[in-house]
Amino acid sequence: MINLQEPQEQFQHDADRTTADEPRRAAVRKALGNYQIARGKTENAFASWQHARDAAATIKYEGVNHLDQYLREFEEKFTARGGKVFWASNSAQAREYILNLARERGVKSIVKSKAMTSEEIHLNDALEKDGYHVIESDLGEFIQQLKHEPPYHFVFPCMHLKRDEISALFERELGSAKTDSPEELTMIARRVLRQHYINADMGISGGNFIVAETGMISITENEGNARLTTALPKIHVALIGIEKIVPRLADLSLFLPMLATAGTGQQLTCYNSMYGGPRLPGEVDGPEEFHVVLLDNHRTRLLADAEQRDALHCIRCGACLNVCPIFKNIGGHAYGTTYQGPIGSVITPHYRGLQDWKHLSGASSLCGACTEACPVKIDIHHHLLQNRRNAVAEKKVWWEKLIWFGFRHLMKRPWAYKLAIRLAPVGQLFHPFVYGTELDPVQSWTKTRDFPEAATQSFHDWWRERKGARK
Amino acid sequence: MNPLSPNGDREAVLGRISEALREEAPRHHETPTKPAPSGLTAPFREWLPPVGKTRKEQIALFAKQSEGLKTEFHECASPEAAAKYLADLAKKGHWKTLALHKGALTDAVAGWLPETLTLLRIDDGYQKEVLETCDAGFTECESLVAQTGSVCITGRSSGGRALSVLPPHHVVIAHKTQIVTDLAAAYESLAEKYRDNYPSFISFITGPSRTGDIERILVLGAHGPKKLTVLLVP
Repeated sequence: MINLQEPQEQFQHDADRTTADEPRRAAVRKALGNYQIARGKTENAFASWQHARDAAATIKYEGVNHLDQYLREFEEKFTARGGKVFWASNSAQAREYILNLARERGVKSIVKSKAMTSEEIHLNDALEKDGYHVIESDLGEFIQQLKHEPPYHFVFPCMHLKRDEISALFERELGSAKTDSPEELTMIARRVLRQHYINADMGISGGNFIVAETGMISITENEGNARLTTALPKIHVALIGIEKIVPRLADLSLFLPMLATAGTGQQLTCYNSMYGGPRLPGEVDGPEEFHVVLLDNHRTRLLADAEQRDALHCIRCGACLNVCPIFKNIGGHAYGTTYQGPIGSVITPHYRGLQDWKHLSGASSLCGACTEACPVKIDIHHHLLQNRRNAVAEKKVWWEKLIWFGFRHLMKRPWAYKLAIRLAPVGQLFHPFVYGTELDPVQSWTKTRDFPEAATQSFHDWWRERKGARK
Repeated sequence: MNPLSPNGDREAVLGRISEALREEAPRHHETPTKPAPSGLTAPFREWLPPVGKTRKEQIALFAKQSEGLKTEFHECASPEAAAKYLADLAKKGHWKTLALHKGALTDAVAGWLPETLTLLRIDDGYQKEVLETCDAGFTECESLVAQTGSVCITGRSSGGRALSVLPPHHVVIAHKTQIVTDLAAAYESLAEKYRDNYPSFISFITGPSRTGDIERILVLGAHGPKKLTVLLVP
């Protein structure tokens, strides 16, 4: 793999490479096709999915637009029950807090359940550099960790891998026997991870919802790894973005089925668990300490953009990725971001810099499938347009400026326009000499597609001729 | 970096939030015609999949959902009958040890279990390694949710956090009266029971543990129980 400096160049390079990988694309398409069928069925079981979307958007709007109030309420309720809240402005502060905690408590082994926030702040690297053994327990994340690769999709981390690749990986890394059964592969991971849950003295998780009313966090999962991560080790740390707020516990009776439907097409994900503190008096087990790290890391920058604030309503179901024609073709890794697909293309420029990540707004056909699929009604494809507009307003691109300058002059002068129209078929005679090469002015088009031939007769001429014939 | 206060950059984060919220955001959604949910009587069920009104319909729906989820659902005539069913499961699965917690229903059943089955009671604490080697965990629950086929458990009603997830088979026992229509109803009954004193752990269990991470093919028993059995007594 080539490492290019600029995110945009890297993106172009990786997207070219992954688009050419026909078998991989077919596998991803097949998986997402099955998702579409399952989701359609579950959606249809709702009395009204569209009304449910409006209700969900209303609640998220309420939460995000009173974020300070609800976070304070969460903090008050959560700490009253023995939990600890840490507010992190950026990734360095969040990493430092967790590292310090591990040092102070003499932690040796850490088990993690899936948390995209930890990918965002590169937590594993920091912990491992400090000598801690960290193991990912979600099956997909576990596979990606063994592969030393970031997740391909923030809900389905290893959806791009085929069973023989995973079997070969397990053979190499775990010394297991070769198998082509997904069940056997899952059982290998189960056996390996069981011991880790029991030995670990710190469990790190993410969180899907922060419940203000009762001071709880809610975690949605299918495998049970988050439940084990939060039941057995003596310290539980949950790293959550501040935008995950919902005002009331009962709001989850809407969000849990919607997250499952949009995320995987299930009616309800296997385990939806709410954690409201460490082990309380009279309880059999649970961690002695429970820390919630509330992560800003530029979320307030997106919050300040009122026009795109609803992007913070996102519940990370991944539906917009699953329906996106661009994602289906370039895959998850080409984006080069923690959050892939349409929603990632909207939020990454806010989190990591507009000029460096504006190219992602162009990686869209603006078909609006993402907006349609979104359970909380984020106006995703319009936000991509707004990012394009903002990027140009902030910093003009010289060659684009030059093209528009030329175009304006041409359009304002009929004689020049006519001349250009007459010259086009002549100019095209020379095109074959440079067609598809570096010298071709339209190379980005011609390297994969045919360039349309210029007509020998202009529309003006054709119109005049037609009128003459009628008379 | 300056050393941070114990709660971190609290004031800075809250300050940025209130600064950011000074401008109002446009709405991209219709406000639903029903009033916003106040307190616990959420009107969401209007939009969610419909559930029958009678208990009989609700039990039938729970049974149907269980089938789709690969949960084993069984109605028993009495605790004694439930014990017999459980003993059969133990025999078929060659169980040696059953872990359980104290409770009206679990105790009623445990009294009828054969002596060949060792019982591990976890109420006064347990060793993780030992619980892990048990063949099944036997618990009560808060409620059974008809709409989704879910079992609602809490740390206080179901023997803590690990009993229902660490052993490879989870057996739940419930009264018929514990059937509720939907998640909203389950939350309502939790709120009535616990008020401001919720257990530290609440979970909705919907079928045995599963994963689709490898080629999106369903495999049961990823990390949690491979089997889930729900026994319903009058």
